[in-house]
Amino acid sequence: MAVEKILKDDASEEKGERARMASFIGAMAIADLVKTTLGPKGMDKILQSTGRGQLVTVTNDGATILKSLHIDNPAAKVLVDISKVQDDEVGDGTTSVVVLAGELLREAEKLVNSKIHPMTIISGYRMAADAARNALLQKVVDNKEDAEKFRSDLMKIAMTTLSSKILSQDKEHFAQLAVDAVMRLKGSTNLEAIQIIKKPGGSLKDSFLDEGFILDKKIGIGQPKRIENAKILVANTAMDTDKVKIYGARVRVDSMSKVAEIEAAEKQKMREKVQKIIGHGINCFINRQLIYNFPEELFADAGILAIEHADFDGIERLALVTGGEIASTFDNPESVKLGHCKLIEEIMIGEDKLIHFSGCEMGQACTIVLRGASQHVLDEADRSLHDALCVLSQTVNDSRVLLGGGWPEMIMAKEVDELARKTPGKKSLAIEAFSKSLLAIPTIIADNAGLDSAELVAQLRAEHHREGCNAGIDVITGSVGDMAALGISESFKVKQAVLLSATEAAEMILRVDEIITCAPRRREDRM
Amino acid sequence: MALAFDEFGRPFIILKEQEQKTRIRGLDAQKANIAAGKAVARILRTSLGPKGMDKMLQSPDGDVTITNDGATILEQMDVDNQIAKLMVELSRSQDYEIGDGTTGVVVLAGSLLEQAEKLLERGIHPIRIAEGYELASRIAVEHLEHIAQKFEFGPSNIEPLVQTCMTTLSSKIVNRCKRDMAEIAVKAVLAVADLERKDVNLDLIKVEGKVGGKLEDTELVYGIIVDKDMSHPQMPKRIEDAKIAILTCPFEPPKPKTKHKVDIDTVEKFQTLRQQEQKYFDDMVQKCKDVGATLVICQWGFDDEANHLLMHRNLPAVRWVGGVELELIAIATGGRIVPRFQELTPDKLGKAGLVREKSFGTTKDRMLYIEHCANSKAVTVFIRGGNKMMIEETKRSIHDALCVARNLIRNNSIVYGGGSAEIACSIAVEAAADRYPGVEQYAIRGFADALDSIPMALAENSGLQPIETLSAVKSEQIKENNPFCGIDCNDVGTNDMRKQYVFETLIGKQQQILLATQVVKMILKIDDVISPSEY
Repeated sequence: MAVEKILKDDASEEKGERARMASFIGAMAIADLVKTTLGPKGMDKILQSTGRGQLVTVTNDGATILKSLHIDNPAAKVLVDISKVQDDEVGDGTTSVVVLAGELLREAEKLVNSKIHPMTIISGYRMAADAARNALLQKVVDNKEDAEKFRSDLMKIAMTTLSSKILSQDKEHFAQLAVDAVMRLKGSTNLEAIQIIKKPGGSLKDSFLDEGFILDKKIGIGQPKRIENAKILVANTAMDTDKVKIYGARVRVDSMSKVAEIEAAEKQKMREKVQKIIGHGINCFINRQLIYNFPEELFADAGILAIEHADFDGIERLALVTGGEIASTFDNPESVKLGHCKLIEEIMIGEDKLIHFSGCEMGQACTIVLRGASQHVLDEADRSLHDALCVLSQTVNDSRVLLGGGWPEMIMAKEVDELARKTPGKKSLAIEAFSKSLLAIPTIIADNAGLDSAELVAQLRAEHHREGCNAGIDVITGSVGDMAALGISESFKVKQAVLLSATEAAEMILRVDEIITCAPRRREDRM
Repeated sequence: MALAFDEFGRPFIILKEQEQKTRIRGLDAQKANIAAGKAVARILRTSLGPKGMDKMLQSPDGDVTITNDGATILEQMDVDNQIAKLMVELSRSQDYEIGDGTTGVVVLAGSLLEQAEKLLERGIHPIRIAEGYELASRIAVEHLEHIAQKFEFGPSNIEPLVQTCMTTLSSKIVNRCKRDMAEIAVKAVLAVADLERKDVNLDLIKVEGKVGGKLEDTELVYGIIVDKDMSHPQMPKRIEDAKIAILTCPFEPPKPKTKHKVDIDTVEKFQTLRQQEQKYFDDMVQKCKDVGATLVICQWGFDDEANHLLMHRNLPAVRWVGGVELELIAIATGGRIVPRFQELTPDKLGKAGLVREKSFGTTKDRMLYIEHCANSKAVTVFIRGGNKMMIEETKRSIHDALCVARNLIRNNSIVYGGGSAEIACSIAVEAAADRYPGVEQYAIRGFADALDSIPMALAENSGLQPIETLSAVKSEQIKENNPFCGIDCNDVGTNDMRKQYVFETLIGKQQQILLATQVVKMILKIDDVISPSEY
């Protein structure tokens, strides 16, 4: 008798070998897709969105590429997901994590084909991942105590991160920018305080970090363009007609004159509000909401600079920078903390007028102005800089540092190989496979740079047999070089996250022996 | 389709639109149903045990779930067949009742159906089979009680509980750190358990997950975690000895339920209304302040003005906290949920030793920890993990572990795992079979064979020779009269489950056998399936 159908019509079910094949192939395809972007000589991808306008993005960032793909294969979705998490958690290494997971699965496929049970592979991988992590832990350098050294570590990390991005030409410049910006945060990971303004025009070199704060807004007409020793009130209040908030209130009158009276009363109310605000003794007023013409005029009369419609982030940052308090009521001026800054002026960047706050009380927030030839360049620069900022802010918290250029992978591979030799049983094959997957990363970096990867990796292995070796791939000269001397560093936190998430994802995919796809939800016919 | 004809050759119409319906009757119906039930069991069979594999499920909306939990697999599978739906129900009821063993129950039911099919082919009436199964299940359940052992534990000796939870967790993806997870689960359950009444209210344990970090970072918080932040960015991020006002009324002007209008027709009215409004906000904040609250948790939003006033009066506040969380906070802090400002009194405030905001990762993710509560009977298990699927799966695993710990507190009898209980039952049932005269004897033997299928599946999934291993373990049990021999899934080297510390709860096992038997009986009793034909 035929097997009863138990699933719905369009659902599909794949079992055992086929399921495993499907997930391996899906995952490897994704890994191969982003593989060529790895390393300092990695290539970029053009992404065209399907939406209206067919926006084009040029990028090198793994997470951005994968986010924009529409994927059907469930295993591939797992990889996209880990890349996203990597982005949220540490900000960099989004490509590495996918490539490593892909390589782990590629090796696992070979093992499965030679009749090793996936569970055995998983337990081998786990042991290997632990060993690899321990190897890294032994080699980390922590320079937190020494501020001078720590700063140079940060510089190195920033340069290493940026070297694979579009900013690589001016990496020193940008590394400086990023380190300065992050150091100002003083250990907080709240990157919201660093504002990035993109203005087309000029060249990437013209980008700069501004100590103060730049607000992309215009100054109201007839108001002072330059204020020294500004006292700032940051507010979030309605400056149109102040509505009566009591529910159901409405105006019902029986004559025109009454309407006029009420209008006058309304105006009076607004005037009082403005008076109260002015009564704070300020000369600059910044509001999150719109300021209508009438109050604006009042402010102008009082010689106060009023800025309307600064968005929510802008307000929060301003409050951070100037040390003021975000106010919504104005009845007791003595207890509201005002913000201070030395100078507010209107400046021009390219063709746009912006408002510049300098000499602020608290220097936590800052602004990076990016200049560049086109919007695409700017977008990519923004992403790259964001990566660098993320990594740096994480490093400030966890200051352990490793060398880069394939060095950590070699260290881990060596340790894992040793473990493989010590472990009895089938697991050792899986552990060996793990070390092979680790070696794939320097191989890909070399391949992407057009170097003889087999030769280089073999040389590296030999070098690493010595204790305390700093050898890694020097992509610029195309040979094995001393990473410490070249100043190529990476953050330990990023490497650890790459290692752990990739192993976790590979494990997850390996454990699957059946894929059940439900019937896709039918779209309602919209006529 | 069988039809009756009258003397003119016209068919009698019995069912409405009879010709459009498909109908299977008699033995065919039973066989079709059994085949469907078996198909479901076959899917789950490979997920059983510590070396069981996971299933990847893609939902109608394209979301991917990877899981090993029987109930979740079946629920997400979106089955169409009626009998298959019965199996899904079966797994779900095991989940509700016990929380663990959802895969085992379906596999057992599947193999019972398989045995029933063989018996049907021999011409035994389905009802006789059902009765035989019923008898056999009774024997098995009694025997389980016989071999079960009492398990002593107390708040100071949690080791036995941890061991049992570890057995549950070892089949899940979290088995990398099963020890930590098991400890977390046991501590969480003990924290909220009422040891005198032997009951645990699992609602008091909240399982919260956040993507990022690693599995080892998972922690047990003696308090509540709320996925919210302070309503004003400049409010303090850390409050010690907080007195919490828990409000379900918004910081907004009143909105009477009845429809009303406030008419403004003169300037005076406009002004008084304005003043009243301001006074209203002021009063609200003042009332909170007056009763001595140092933190306001509100179910609704605040008006900007109210927000600033709160900030101004140095009264931190959290808005848009969900109803369930609000209740938990109320339980944990010993406060009362206050629906109106007028009813705020100092004794209705909740107390917590420490309230702090914690941020995660590079994105703007903040969570609010409420710790050292007055009444520590509410805890949160906070899970971190590499990706969303991992977290979801960990949540399910923790849920299972929590349920197991709860069951042990309710009833501290355990049986040994690794298929040993099933094998012991199978031997007992087999021995009892001969005493029954009549056809039922065959059904009882069939039941014994079906019980064997669980250790068999365990062995198969662990990569052992199923028949060889099973017969070896079985003979060992009979020879040494030792009901604790099971399948050595982890290759430890001993078959004695006492030495391997593989435990399961007695009620879980009993429930599995009872539920599976019931469903199989129900399926066997169906002899006619009428379904609307497809178009």
